Amino acid sequence: MKTNENLFTYCLRLADDSLILGHRLSEMCSKAPVIEEDLALTNIALDHIGRAQAILKYAGEIEGKGRTEDDIAYRREEREYQNHLITEQQNGDFAHVIARQLYVSLFESLLYTELEKSADKTIAAIASKTLKEIKYHLIHASDWTIRLGDGTEESHLRMQKALDDLWMYTGELFEMDDIDLAIAKDGIGVDLTPMKIQWEQRLEDILAEATLKMPSALYMQTGSRSGMHTENLGHILSEMQYLQRTYPDAKW
Amino acid sequence: MNKDTQLDLWEVFVQSKSGLPHIHAGSVHASDIKMALQNARDTYTRRGEGTSIWVVPSRSIGATNPDDNDMLFDPSNDKVYRHPTFYVMPEGAKNI
Repeated sequence: MKTNENLFTYCLRLADDSLILGHRLSEMCSKAPVIEEDLALTNIALDHIGRAQAILKYAGEIEGKGRTEDDIAYRREEREYQNHLITEQQNGDFAHVIARQLYVSLFESLLYTELEKSADKTIAAIASKTLKEIKYHLIHASDWTIRLGDGTEESHLRMQKALDDLWMYTGELFEMDDIDLAIAKDGIGVDLTPMKIQWEQRLEDILAEATLKMPSALYMQTGSRSGMHTENLGHILSEMQYLQRTYPDAKW
Repeated sequence: MNKDTQLDLWEVFVQSKSGLPHIHAGSVHASDIKMALQNARDTYTRRGEGTSIWVVPSRSIGATNPDDNDMLFDPSNDKVYRHPTFYVMPEGAKNI
C-alpha cells in the first residue's frame, strides 16, 4: 500500500509543478510585450496545464477514491500542494518570466528524458508526449535569454537581475526526500543528484552565449517537499480555485 | 505619426500537407529568421495546421499597385481565346 501512496505523492509533485507554472504563465495572457509572444507564452501555459491534467488523472486512478483530475487540482489546501517554490514565483518583468522558464524547462528536459524510461508505463508515456513540448519551451526560453543578455545594456541588466533573483529557488529542484528516493529506487522516478551537474553545465553554456554571469549565491530556499510554500501560492490558489469553490461541480 | 517601434515584419507561408503549396497565412513581427519562425509557429500552427513554415521579410516581396489593376488584369477577361473553354472535359476528370 505504501508504494501506491508514494506513487500518488510523486504524481502530485510532477503535476503540481506543471499546474502552478501553467497558471502563472496564463496570467501573462494579454500582458506580453508583443502579440506573438503573448501567444507563445499562453501556448506554453496550455502545454503545462495539459500535462498536469494527464498526470492528475493518473494520480486519481492510483488513489482509487474516485477523485477526478479537477477534484485534485481545485480542491486541495495550500499545504497539500507539492510544487517547487520556483513555479509559484511572480511573473515580474519579461526577463523574470524567461529566467523562471529557463531554469524550469532545463530541469524538466533532463527529468522527463529520464522519465521516458520509467518503469511505470503511464508516466513513461506522458513523459514521451510532453518531452516534445518541453524541448520547444527550452529553446524559446534560452533564445530569449541570449537575446536579452546579449542585447542592449538595459536588457542585459534586467536579464541578469532576473537570473540572480530566482537563483535561490533552483537548489530545491534537486532535493530528494524519502518518497523521491523510494520511487527512484523502484525505477519509476529519477535520481536527481547526477542531473544537477548536467543542469549546471547546460546552464553555464547558455549563459556564456548570452554574455551573462552564472549566479553564485549559496543560500537556497526550501520547503515544497513538506508543503511549505512562499506567500505566492495562497494568492494563486484563491484565484485558481475560485470557480470550483463558489460553484462546486460547475461544468463547461 | 509615431515611428514604428515594432520589430521587422515577416510574411508567413504554411504548408498544410506534404506536397501541397505553402499558402500565405499572415504576418508576424520578429528581429531575425529564427524568431520569425518561432513566432509563426506559435501564431499560425496552434491547431495542427502545418507541416512546414516559410517566412519571408515583407520588404523583400514585390507587389503590384492596385491603381494599375485595370491595365494589368482587366484585359485578360475579354480574350476568350486565352481560356481553354473550347475543349470538352472528359467525363470523370476533376482537375485539368
